Amino acid sequence: MKFAYYPGCSADGSGIEYGMSMERTAKILGFELQELEDWNCCGATSGHNTDKLLSLALPARNLAIAEKTGMSMMTPCAACYSRHRHAEHAIQHDPEMKKKIEQVLEMELQGTSETVSILDILANKIGADAIAAKVTNPLTTMKAACYYGCLLVRPVEHTGFDDAEDPQSMDKVMKALGADAIEWSHKTECCGAAMVTSRPDVGNPMLYRVLKDAKESGAECIVTACPLCMLNLDMRQTGIEKRFKEKFNMPIYYVTELLALACGDDPKMVGIEKHFVEAGKYLQTVKIRAAEAKAAAEKAAAEAAAKAKEKAEAVARAKAAGKTADKPKEEAAAAEPDQKKIEAFKTALTKNPDKMAAKLVDDPARAEILATTLDEKRIAKLAQLMASDMEKAKKAADAFVTAELKKQGDCQD
Amino acid sequence: MDLAIKLSPATEDQKKLLAKVEKEAGTSVNLCYQCGKCTAGCPAAFAMDYPPRQVIRLLQLGLIERALQAESIWICASCETCSARCPRGVDIASLMDAMRRQALQQGKADKRVAAFNKAFLFNIRNFGRAYEAGLLLQYNLTTGQPFKDMELGLPMMMRGKVGILPETIKARNEVKKIFERAEKLGGAE
Repeated sequence: MKFAYYPGCSADGSGIEYGMSMERTAKILGFELQELEDWNCCGATSGHNTDKLLSLALPARNLAIAEKTGMSMMTPCAACYSRHRHAEHAIQHDPEMKKKIEQVLEMELQGTSETVSILDILANKIGADAIAAKVTNPLTTMKAACYYGCLLVRPVEHTGFDDAEDPQSMDKVMKALGADAIEWSHKTECCGAAMVTSRPDVGNPMLYRVLKDAKESGAECIVTACPLCMLNLDMRQTGIEKRFKEKFNMPIYYVTELLALACGDDPKMVGIEKHFVEAGKYLQTVKIRAAEAKAAAEKAAAEAAAKAKEKAEAVARAKAAGKTADKPKEEAAAAEPDQKKIEAFKTALTKNPDKMAAKLVDDPARAEILATTLDEKRIAKLAQLMASDMEKAKKAADAFVTAELKKQGDCQD
Repeated sequence: MDLAIKLSPATEDQKKLLAKVEKEAGTSVNLCYQCGKCTAGCPAAFAMDYPPRQVIRLLQLGLIERALQAESIWICASCETCSARCPRGVDIASLMDAMRRQALQQGKADKRVAAFNKAFLFNIRNFGRAYEAGLLLQYNLTTGQPFKDMELGLPMMMRGKVGILPETIKARNEVKKIFERAEKLGGAE
């Protein structure tokens, strides 16, 4: 798998960990990223707030370059993803706008580009099973709130790889990494985006509500796939704590960081130490808890195995003792564990009388008679015999048929 | 907020302006039956003078100037929740977007948001890419709040999250021309 790679302007700035962990993720999962040549900024919100044509033409230049590579274009940033999907949609569905864009670019567009998000690649193109197969340090006991934000799932007609109200792609990935993806109500609520900078009176309460709901829903960390969500949730968290007088201490991670870590990377390789809210300690906590959980599970398994062994030995002892001394005891010991078998045979005889009768009686005509005359009493008897001695069961079955034939013969007389 | 509105038939100018906004937004306000689903789900409605449903109502009544002056259009964070949930398929977020552009053209934009957007686009126009540090500095200076978020600047630098210089692309001139031609063509609409 190979993709044209559009890192976006934040990937070596405020979202440097996203860029680092994205490259690691590709390496670990074995897909190739080829950076789009001389790409430009998509214009982001400022573009579509200012000039519609410009907001489509800026990403369209990148799409024109991507088209020529023949590859799908992957972009980790949710905003870049959204703007390129918007432009793609216009190019493919609005001929008038396509013409204008081409005039602005002084280039012709084929309309063959396809921009994909990292969540789409991880959950749908690679899949949870393939990811789970690469995990060496599972994030067992991590309680993660998967945060999708706005632009990965909306507008529906421009995204469409996941549900707009209750998306699951990131949850699937996190579960594949061994973590618990908690249920919460703010997974697609807005973090405040650029409002946190330009209108903090509006943006801060929005950001606060996301953090609060995550905490109240039992999350111990938030996982994101958007550099702006990260910037707001991470860098601005201390400010929010002060303003709303509430401590969160909520570490924020990129989904790609956690993937790389679960597959054996060192935290430094993906830039965990660059986070504003301390994010290394919680990883240590998870590591310790995961080890404890593993040890507990191993201990429970060992105990269960020991118990089973003890039981088997007791049965063997009882058998050996029974052979020399009293027979009824042996029968009791041997009959006891067969109860399950008896039940199984009973069910089989009830559900598949034809098949079971054929096993017991060789002659097909006689087997049919047996199958049609099995009543509860006979089933119970046969099941018990089958569980202990198949030959005896066959004899009994034969006797039933003979008796049945005799009965029918008597009637005919 | 003044709830009592005196109605008079929409003038030709109002109708024309509304048609322009609707065309740009690719949606029609007359589809709306005022159920209020947009306002109910809007994460920024708490701060708005006219919540989304009322903005649409203003447009339906032809009161487009009042809608363009509403603070709401600058409080909208473009999260798209309203459009995703509208049972009538009205693209409210796209309308908000079109109204912001219209208000900007009329010089009625929220000063802070407009300053932020201007600083952001200035970078792209000149370097081809966004330059976060320059953007914040320029934004703070033009809005007269030079010390805003200063406590975040140094930690950002220490974490290697701010470049000393903006990143530039080879095709800077190409991007500059995209800006120029878009301005020309967009204006002709």
